[in-house]
Amino acid sequence: MSNTKDLPPPKTEIGVVGWCRKHLFSSWHNTLLTIVVAYFLVTLIGPLLNWLIFDATFSGTQPSDCTGGGACWVFINQRINFYIYGFYPDPLQWRIDVMFVLLAVAFVPQFIENFPKRKWFGIFGLTGLPVIGYILIPGGHFGLENVPSSKWGGLALTLILSYVGIVASLPLGTLLAMGRRSDMPIIRGLCVIFIEVWRAVPLITVLFMASVMLPLFLPEGMNFEKLARALIGITLWQSAYMAEEIRGGLQAIPKGQYEAASALGLGYWKKMGLIILPQALTLVIPGIVNTFISLFKDTTLVLIIGLFDILGAVQSTITDPAWQNVTTEGYVFVAFCFWVFCFGMSRYSQNLESKLDTSHRN
Amino acid sequence: MKKRTLLSAGALALIGTLAAGSAMAASTLETVKARGHLQCGVTTGLPGFSQPDDKGHWTGIDVDTCRAVAAAVFGDSKKVEFTPLTAKERFTALQSGEIDVLSRNTTWTLTRDASLGLNFAGVNYYDGQGFLVSKKLGVDDASQLDGATICVQAGTTTELNLADYFRAKGMKFNPLVFDSSEQTVTGFANGRCDVLTSDRSQLAALRSKLADPGSAKILPNVISKEPLGPVVRQGDDPWFSIVKWSLFTQVNAEELGITMDNADKMKKADNPNVQRLLGTDGDLGEKLGLSADFGYNIVTQVGNYGEMYNRNVGPDTPLGLDRGINALWTEGGIMYAPPLR
Repeated sequence: MSNTKDLPPPKTEIGVVGWCRKHLFSSWHNTLLTIVVAYFLVTLIGPLLNWLIFDATFSGTQPSDCTGGGACWVFINQRINFYIYGFYPDPLQWRIDVMFVLLAVAFVPQFIENFPKRKWFGIFGLTGLPVIGYILIPGGHFGLENVPSSKWGGLALTLILSYVGIVASLPLGTLLAMGRRSDMPIIRGLCVIFIEVWRAVPLITVLFMASVMLPLFLPEGMNFEKLARALIGITLWQSAYMAEEIRGGLQAIPKGQYEAASALGLGYWKKMGLIILPQALTLVIPGIVNTFISLFKDTTLVLIIGLFDILGAVQSTITDPAWQNVTTEGYVFVAFCFWVFCFGMSRYSQNLESKLDTSHRN
Repeated sequence: MKKRTLLSAGALALIGTLAAGSAMAASTLETVKARGHLQCGVTTGLPGFSQPDDKGHWTGIDVDTCRAVAAAVFGDSKKVEFTPLTAKERFTALQSGEIDVLSRNTTWTLTRDASLGLNFAGVNYYDGQGFLVSKKLGVDDASQLDGATICVQAGTTTELNLADYFRAKGMKFNPLVFDSSEQTVTGFANGRCDVLTSDRSQLAALRSKLADPGSAKILPNVISKEPLGPVVRQGDDPWFSIVKWSLFTQVNAEELGITMDNADKMKKADNPNVQRLLGTDGDLGEKLGLSADFGYNIVTQVGNYGEMYNRNVGPDTPLGLDRGINALWTEGGIMYAPPLR
């Protein structure tokens, strides 16, 4: 018996040194790239962190407290209430808080593997939550004081706009997609016209029409709120996109599935609801979440019709002459808020994809 | 088939009458009173004129002008709600009845007055366009600006005035157009242009955003007239009068020396003008369809014109604007109001 025991790999091939050699310094041009990139990272990230954190001022109440030379987060701190709730009256802000908590209750479980009954939390988020929000936020029922939509604003408004857009456009888009693939010429024609018209105009145009042109066509004295007009515009526009996304999924389902469902004697709605749509929707999750994320960011366009979403709220205050130039702080704050929500949505969709295993990898 | 046509025609006619009826039925004053608050259109954030403060309360001259109208109508300056409007939306919002008063830094011009179905109810601030230049340029007068690169905000009359001024003087300039005022000042701060142009009321605020505000100065030239004031819809003269005289009352109160603090004491003054303004004598309120003490309410809740000016844009505010031509006519300015009698 000869000694067959393998020698350990040389020190230079394993551990940190080995990893670095393999990934960073494998050839002279990779070495050069590594050095250049490292140089830029050091020179850029250092000052950036200094500005964002180490030299920044976090506590204080007035402009003169910002002496560190870095970011002046005092400004954001002072106005955080306005940025989150807009003009919503102080004593009633608990209603918005309740909605934030319910939103978290509905969607945080979705990120936790094996959370009991998490599906029901998600269903609550898509059905119960909008209903509660509809009652709670405007008030006017059950002894709740009415808060007109002109007082809504900030992050709360951003979430309301995108949430309504998302929740309403998904069923609407599904119907439109099914209509477009329907055999009935009138329904198909109407759906095609709807989708092609709404998809062919930019959101900014839709909002502008809803806000500026529509009131001129309505008889004088008849007015419905600007926010309602914007919401309807956003929903219709988004559902056209959603319809095309879902149509992609419908077309990817093999014809055999349709035929098999028909062979089982299922009617149209049962066939769609039980066989086709569950498969089609899971196929297009990445696309759907993608349009959600872009809608979430597109809601900032309501700025041009004078609604104070979070970006509008920040923009309206960064010109305050009492403060030095706080433009960058304001925009960084907005970007951070958007990043948190968009990243959350994207993580959720990846989570969902891996769970449903739709990628046909195996 | 015929029945259905008739039916739909009837329905249309009904809707038509209803719509016409609702438009005809109520005057703006009645509508406002029935609603319980005044709806006022303001900017989406312009320092000194209308901007939310850190508590989310609106502050500024334009805002206070609306509060004065609310004080006159309701006796309570808090009964007003503000609709932030972009420059493009503002006239439509007024025409469609979404707002009752537009107090949004709006320049009174012939075209707007004559062709938009609007009435300008006075001037609450006389503005004009000016220049902010870097001190190291060594320029003392706008006539030395030939060939300069000028930062200007897009889509405003500012751009037009600038072109007019330079054409009239036979000078050349390169406009550098930005989308918003804070971008304009960033462009100026980064040295992309030599000069920044804007309404003079905003130049001081923009200068304070520079890293070193002392490095730039405002030129004495005023190249345009920008009388800013509240606007109402045409066709409702009683409402037009209410808005007009709310503002006039503030100006007259300053002229007569009535302030927020001394209004109660002044009620006992012998001057009949003061008595009429505060409603202890005469029936001026009734003539406008308001309560007799509307003037008293305006002055005690919002203040006279000078107080409103000093609180929002005056020398002690970050904007730090001197009264200039906005001083009373008795003090060398042009702020003048017809008499209350």
